[in-house]
Amino acid sequence: MSVNQQAHTGPPYGQPQPGYQGYQQPAYGGQSLPGVPQSQYGAYNGPMPGYQQPVPPQGYFPSLGFPSKGSPVSLNSDTSLAPNFIGSLRAPPTSGAPPPASGASHPSGHLAYSPFEHGDVQNGIPASAAPMQRPPASQPFLPGSAPTPVSQISTFQQYGPPPASVQQLRNHMAGMTIGSTAASAPPPAGLGYGVGPSSYPPTTGAPRPPAMPGPPLTGQTVAGPPSSQPNHVSSPPPPSSMAGLHPGTPMSGLHGPPPPTHPPQPGYQMQQNGSFGQMRGPQPNYGGAYPGAPNYGSPPGPPPPPKRLDPDSIPSPIQVIEDDRNNRGSEPFVTGVRGQVPPLVTTNFLVKDQGNASPRYIRCTSYNIPCTSDMAKQSQVPLAAVIKPLATLPPEETLPYLVDHGESGPVRCNRCKAYMCPFMQFIEGGRRFQCCFCSCVTEVPPHYFQHLDHTGKRVDFYDRPELSLGSYEFLATVDYCKNNKFPSPPAFIFMIDVSYNAVKSGLVRLICEELKSLLDYLPREGNMEESAIRVGFVTYNKVLHFYNVKSSLAQPQMMVVSDVADMFVPLLDGFLVNVNESRTVIASLLDQIPEMFADTRETETVFAPVIQAGLEALKAAECAGKLFIFHTSLPIAEAPGKLKNRDDRKLINTDKEKTLFQPQTSFYNNLAKDCVAQGCCVDLFLFPNQYLDVATLGVVPYQTGGSIYKYAYFQLETDQYRFLNDLRRDVQKEVGFDAVMRVRTSTGIRATDFFGAFYMSNTTDVEMAGLDCDKTITVEFKHDDKLSEDSGALLQCALLYTSCAGQRRLRIHNLSLNCCTQLADLYRNCETDTLINYLAKYAYRGVLNSPVKTVRDALINQCAQILACYRKNCASPSSAGQLILPECMKLLPVYLNCVLKSDVLQPGPEVTTDDRAYIRQLVTSMDVAETNVFFYPRLLPLTKADVDSDSLPAAIRNSEERLSKGDIYLLENGLNVFVWVGVSVQQGLIQNLFGVSSFSQISNALSTLPVLENPFSKKVRSIVDMIQGQRSRYMKLIIVKQEDKLEMLFKHFLVEDKSLSGGASYVDFLCHMHKEIRQLLS
Amino acid sequence: MATYLEFIQQNEERDGVRFSWNVWPSSRLEATRMVVPLACLLTPLKERLDLPPVQYEPVLCSRPTCKAVLNPLCQVDYRAKLWACNFCFQRNQFPPAYAGISEVNQPAELMPQFSTIEYIVQRGPQTPLIFLYVVDTCLEEEDLQALKESLQMSLSLLPPDALVGLITFGRMVQVHELSCEGISKSYVFRGTKDLAAKQIQDMLGLSRPAVPMQQGRPLQTPEQPVISSRFLQPVHKIDMNLTDLLGELQRDPWPVTQGKRPLRSTGVALSIAVGLLEGTFPNTGARIMLFTGGPPTQGPGMVVGDELKTPIRSWHDIEKDNARFMKKATKHYETLANRSAANGHCIDIYACALDQTGLLEMKCCANLTGGHMVMGDSFNTSLFKQTFQRVFSKGYNGEFRMAFGANLDVKTSRELKIAGAIGPCISLNAKGPCVSENELGIGGTSQWKICSLDPSTTLAIYFEVVNQHNAPIPQGGRGAVQFVTQYQHSSTQRRIRVTTIARNWADAQTQLQHIEAAFDQEAAAVLMARLGVYRAESEEGPDVLRWLDRQLIRLCQKFGQYNKDDPNSFRLSESFSLYPQFIFHLRRSPFLQVFNNSPDESSYYRHHFARQDLTQSLIMIQPILYAYSFHGPPEPVLLDSSSILPDRILLMDTFFQIVIYLGETIAQWQKAGYQDMPEYENFKHLLQAPLDDAQEILQTRFPMPRYIHTEHGGSQARFLLSKVNPSQTHNNLYAWGQESGAPILTDDVSLQVFMDHLKKLAVSSAS
Repeated sequence: MSVNQQAHTGPPYGQPQPGYQGYQQPAYGGQSLPGVPQSQYGAYNGPMPGYQQPVPPQGYFPSLGFPSKGSPVSLNSDTSLAPNFIGSLRAPPTSGAPPPASGASHPSGHLAYSPFEHGDVQNGIPASAAPMQRPPASQPFLPGSAPTPVSQISTFQQYGPPPASVQQLRNHMAGMTIGSTAASAPPPAGLGYGVGPSSYPPTTGAPRPPAMPGPPLTGQTVAGPPSSQPNHVSSPPPPSSMAGLHPGTPMSGLHGPPPPTHPPQPGYQMQQNGSFGQMRGPQPNYGGAYPGAPNYGSPPGPPPPPKRLDPDSIPSPIQVIEDDRNNRGSEPFVTGVRGQVPPLVTTNFLVKDQGNASPRYIRCTSYNIPCTSDMAKQSQVPLAAVIKPLATLPPEETLPYLVDHGESGPVRCNRCKAYMCPFMQFIEGGRRFQCCFCSCVTEVPPHYFQHLDHTGKRVDFYDRPELSLGSYEFLATVDYCKNNKFPSPPAFIFMIDVSYNAVKSGLVRLICEELKSLLDYLPREGNMEESAIRVGFVTYNKVLHFYNVKSSLAQPQMMVVSDVADMFVPLLDGFLVNVNESRTVIASLLDQIPEMFADTRETETVFAPVIQAGLEALKAAECAGKLFIFHTSLPIAEAPGKLKNRDDRKLINTDKEKTLFQPQTSFYNNLAKDCVAQGCCVDLFLFPNQYLDVATLGVVPYQTGGSIYKYAYFQLETDQYRFLNDLRRDVQKEVGFDAVMRVRTSTGIRATDFFGAFYMSNTTDVEMAGLDCDKTITVEFKHDDKLSEDSGALLQCALLYTSCAGQRRLRIHNLSLNCCTQLADLYRNCETDTLINYLAKYAYRGVLNSPVKTVRDALINQCAQILACYRKNCASPSSAGQLILPECMKLLPVYLNCVLKSDVLQPGPEVTTDDRAYIRQLVTSMDVAETNVFFYPRLLPLTKADVDSDSLPAAIRNSEERLSKGDIYLLENGLNVFVWVGVSVQQGLIQNLFGVSSFSQISNALSTLPVLENPFSKKVRSIVDMIQGQRSRYMKLIIVKQEDKLEMLFKHFLVEDKSLSGGASYVDFLCHMHKEIRQLLS
Repeated sequence: MATYLEFIQQNEERDGVRFSWNVWPSSRLEATRMVVPLACLLTPLKERLDLPPVQYEPVLCSRPTCKAVLNPLCQVDYRAKLWACNFCFQRNQFPPAYAGISEVNQPAELMPQFSTIEYIVQRGPQTPLIFLYVVDTCLEEEDLQALKESLQMSLSLLPPDALVGLITFGRMVQVHELSCEGISKSYVFRGTKDLAAKQIQDMLGLSRPAVPMQQGRPLQTPEQPVISSRFLQPVHKIDMNLTDLLGELQRDPWPVTQGKRPLRSTGVALSIAVGLLEGTFPNTGARIMLFTGGPPTQGPGMVVGDELKTPIRSWHDIEKDNARFMKKATKHYETLANRSAANGHCIDIYACALDQTGLLEMKCCANLTGGHMVMGDSFNTSLFKQTFQRVFSKGYNGEFRMAFGANLDVKTSRELKIAGAIGPCISLNAKGPCVSENELGIGGTSQWKICSLDPSTTLAIYFEVVNQHNAPIPQGGRGAVQFVTQYQHSSTQRRIRVTTIARNWADAQTQLQHIEAAFDQEAAAVLMARLGVYRAESEEGPDVLRWLDRQLIRLCQKFGQYNKDDPNSFRLSESFSLYPQFIFHLRRSPFLQVFNNSPDESSYYRHHFARQDLTQSLIMIQPILYAYSFHGPPEPVLLDSSSILPDRILLMDTFFQIVIYLGETIAQWQKAGYQDMPEYENFKHLLQAPLDDAQEILQTRFPMPRYIHTEHGGSQARFLLSKVNPSQTHNNLYAWGQESGAPILTDDVSLQVFMDHLKKLAVSSAS
């Protein structure tokens, strides 16, 4: 990718810059419009030609074939280019107008590039890029798209650095392709070179890559944009013009003009490609537009309207996701090759483990690591891995095999203690092995000896998972156990708040009822008949009630402990019991609990003592376990860990804002430490009616690897289903206890920082009292030496844990990465989703210590540096006004903007302190897929769903302007599902879906969709169910009617739009980023 | 003399009072020369079949500092309807209700035969009796089972409206809530943490919540019973529940590893029991009944660590100051005892274990509150079972032989002051004109609280004659003492028993023989013994013995008839003749000798000694020995080794033990089975006779004595051999010839040697 991008970028830069600069400058800085523009123009012109010439056009042609995108290969190359180019290239859009069909815009871009030759290619690609961009798949494609490579190569050469090796080029190509989904384009590109320009025009229209024949229409407006989508961001100015404007603006000035311009000035168009929307605007108007540009600086101010970036022209997440899905979803991802970039998390794909851990377990920000720390620093691309050690696999994939190395335990390197893995080198006929991490040579234990075959592989290579697979488990010996004793099976303790609120809301009864059946579904080891997990029950308000549910008792016994200042467990025998043995007593208890407290008047609760009680119980039983705490209020009763209400919104945007995220007292930190030492994991279910200080209450769950669930203003009717689903899933899900995770790496890099829900007592071991299948740990690596390109870099994540049956195990995940000496390689092998995951966690941790403003600025700055570095080192020279993005990172700005606008970093007025703390902690243990949808929600037009197929309707971008009054949409972000109903939706649809006859009769209070026997209702419900099934938490369903007051809430999630709390729109932000980058470059 | 003996006996029967001196020396100086202080043994609730309580309230002297009760000794002016207080000489108007009195129409309290009279007071709320069981669950399964059965049985013995509560303890302490249906509920406390009364009440939810709703209504009394009822319930309501609950009691579930004692939180359990009652029923009669099967091993009040390899403290350790927990533990229990006593609650300790259980440290709980202390080997013995059953025994009129929250007020005429009391009581710190500065026993007050007492509970009360030598009392003057005991009767009535006694004053210089003749040597022996035992609690053993010896010698010097330096001339009058012998046995008794006794045993013996009446006390000092033989009817014989003959069966009653000892020949006969032969039926009867007599004693004694049946040469014979006067030992066996008896292997001096020395010292002009 990167290569392509570079190539593309190169040209784009040159060309675009001018144009862009013009735009940007004006816009952002409010720079002198006139002057700039002119220069820009000049610049543009130059580049333009180059661009145009480039293959792109051809690529586009293929793209024209878009429908046929099937030929991703070619696209790849194109795509990659596209992204890069897009920035500047997009210019093609001009041509686009016409070509619309084939993402004409791209072509135009290509044309522009063509002059540059490289650029051309790139351009071409970019153009297609719009569609193609996704190409990430490109890599695979590479082979196929032989032609493309060529073109690419050429580009490289031109650039100079690129010349690298053909392979690299290919890689680049791949990258490129990805960028410009247009993969198909590439081949054409080749052709295109010659023809290039002409072809481009046609394509241009198509920009909206993929499917959109329609786009062309918009094309005029859009035309440019599509291509620009990914990379082009460059000419943000338009954004400033305001979302609302888009439609209008493009129409007016931009579209019209662009087309015309294009023909004449391919170059320009190219540039536009880069920043499609803008491009177009500019191109046509150039003269005029520029003037407008200044406005950008001070956003909309004056002329913005004309300058606006067409939102369609900037990189679209939807497009990228769609392309990746199309390109890479069909074939299994085979993990044998080092440094492969896996498909996006949004793509459904199968994984074949052939020596590297599945991306379901580990994803990296980059699969190609700079060899030196200087490079790493220069690029500013964080090197991080997002690890989900116990991830759930789809049924088609096999679980890690369990390996037993006998009494002496797993075979390990003598020095660094790395576990036997596929990368260990056996030498001396198999008598010794050399560690792939530290190079130390270790004797092979006699019982493990095996001869080597002629290739130096052990004869039993395929018989042993630890030699042939990336992920597997070892059976741990007693040496790996606490106190040198095999652990007892873990225990679950249910601790129920029975204060007035909990009882009155019906919560207590609900929980008790549910537990009766839920207890039969405790997690169990694969083939065991019944779960080994024992259970215990505690209720509490100001005091704690323990229950003796020993099987020999006729009736449960309640033991009240009121000495909350000094918690202890009042009983041993009979507290933790086997469900089957004590079934009747437990049932009797669960029947009686709601009765016993039915008349309670106690409103105060304690909290810390509850955890202490659970901890003590586990200590006494000498086992690990999990506490399920159901809590309703701020613990104000006199007891350790007592809290006071300190909610103060006035602190927002002050230096003290961070205190809102910090716990009130260090008491809970110490408690958490104790819990971790015992393997006591805490899952917290909160049902607040007011502030209850999640920041403090969450400390223990957070540090013990537990989860927090929050149901504000819990109401039985509307929330019970959601709560029960969460509870069921939480109780049933696979979980390991008393876990310690260590990440070993090749000499040269080192894991230096960790993010997630855990506790660390030293700098290397991540300790988790409990680790479930949804918990993710993000690990950051830093160089402490050089890496070599030959040997690459290896990661080994070893997780020692106790299974739910009490078996001590080691789960090992291995991953091999490439190393590079060229920054381009780095940029071509990045994964933006993972990067965002890391950045979000990094920022969310930052707010604990720094003012939110600082954190935001740091984020922006880092990303600007990343992109600037790319621009400077990898992209082909181009006008400074052009924004050129690496293909792999073309979504970085939009996603980053989402992170910046998130409730934690920029809270709206309706976001409570608790919400922010809750989300902050939630995000910290999210995996890539979750952060992806959390920050950029999925928006599906339900009315477009095909009732006859089981597929989801194509997602659309998160912007209000994409919503149509006549449609119903579904938006989900992992926490909530909104069903948005437009005011003019057909009555029939409303009737079918809601069972009411008119829009006004739709009730906001619905928490589920009514079950109606008609295809549409069924389809929608199945979509909702399908989506719910994909998330680790049951999402709250909210019905939003257009122009209803709830719509404000909904709009908050339309993340491409300007948010009420001050968050920039995508377009505005893109401009801003561009400005930042340019400042860095200058 | 007969007259004095009769007088003494009459007085005891009527008033439950025995004075050491029945004619009082009239001046301070002479009184001190009498050696044995002027003192009395008072049995406040002595059972009086012929004393129906009167249904009105006593008439009190109106002088605020006096408040003596109208009594037969008062001067009454029937016409003016006035009476003069015989203690302070205040003239008082009779209350209106007495308007009809005259010489022929006297109220009972003015009749001489009613020197002791009991009033029933109607005022005040009547609260039911309260029994709070505090049960150790760190017992062997068998023991626990037996204890559970005893407790369940006891429910049927309680008055139906009595409130009952249950606390169990082991490693934790559980306060059981008795009111709830379905789930049984208990509050649990950790056994290692001492909690203040306030905390306990808060944690049990007993503290009055601030009731916002009822600000307008100051009276919230109706709520009070509701609160407390969770833990204390009327027996008749919850006896089924409680029986089940007791039945389900399990042994303490916490594992006890090899080589460890179970963790037993006795200290905290008691503290919670005290706190619970304090918070719910202050100043109401209540019994905390602690059943423990071992020493407290953790928390406040721990007596020994849980390591079995460290044995519990012995006297040796204590002397060496090696008992590391003793002081702290004692302090803990003392604090509890005082709090409990202040609220009128008593604490019983039923300790059954083969080893010590920490009675030494806990003794004050029973001693200061009038509670029972019972020591046994196991709860699964008849000793415990019957003793426990006897706690709930009823008197002749079907009433429980227990009373609560008694307040004893002693008033004296001006020539006397009160020096102190020794018995199961605490001082109420009532200073007054009749309180002496010199303290004997618990002094400095004229009032004591006795939280629990039964008809045999006896206090020793010591007086001081303060009349100066130069202010002689007119001939025929009498000194008076009035004992006013207010208490809660087992029927929950408040009652007041008033005993007023008077004795003649005599000038010791001129009328010494009167005083001498009126000496009650039995009472004196017990009174002196109590003083001695009281001292022994705080002083070194030898010091106490020396003090006793000196007192005895001085007494002999004062009242003996002898020629100086001629021991053979020494004679004591009849009224003194037994006194030295009592002292001899007292010196050998476990009350003063700790050798061969554990600290717990000493505490146990002393506990009972300080509260039994005169007869029982004397038995304790000098056990009774009966001989059964074919030579005649059963007869009391000397407590002497010479009484141990082969053809005798001996029955010894030491109060704590009943020993039946078969002489050598008898034992052989029994082994040979003669008793089963019809022709030797008389032998069978002979064997049976002591058993029957022993049974009779066992029937009435509280606590149940240890019953020992042994024979010549039996290991258990040591109980007998250690008590008898060692007139024959391995040292003098042959010197004395072979006439009779059995030699005792001891270096202890015999009574004969003791007496010889006493005589020598008494007549010595040197001392």
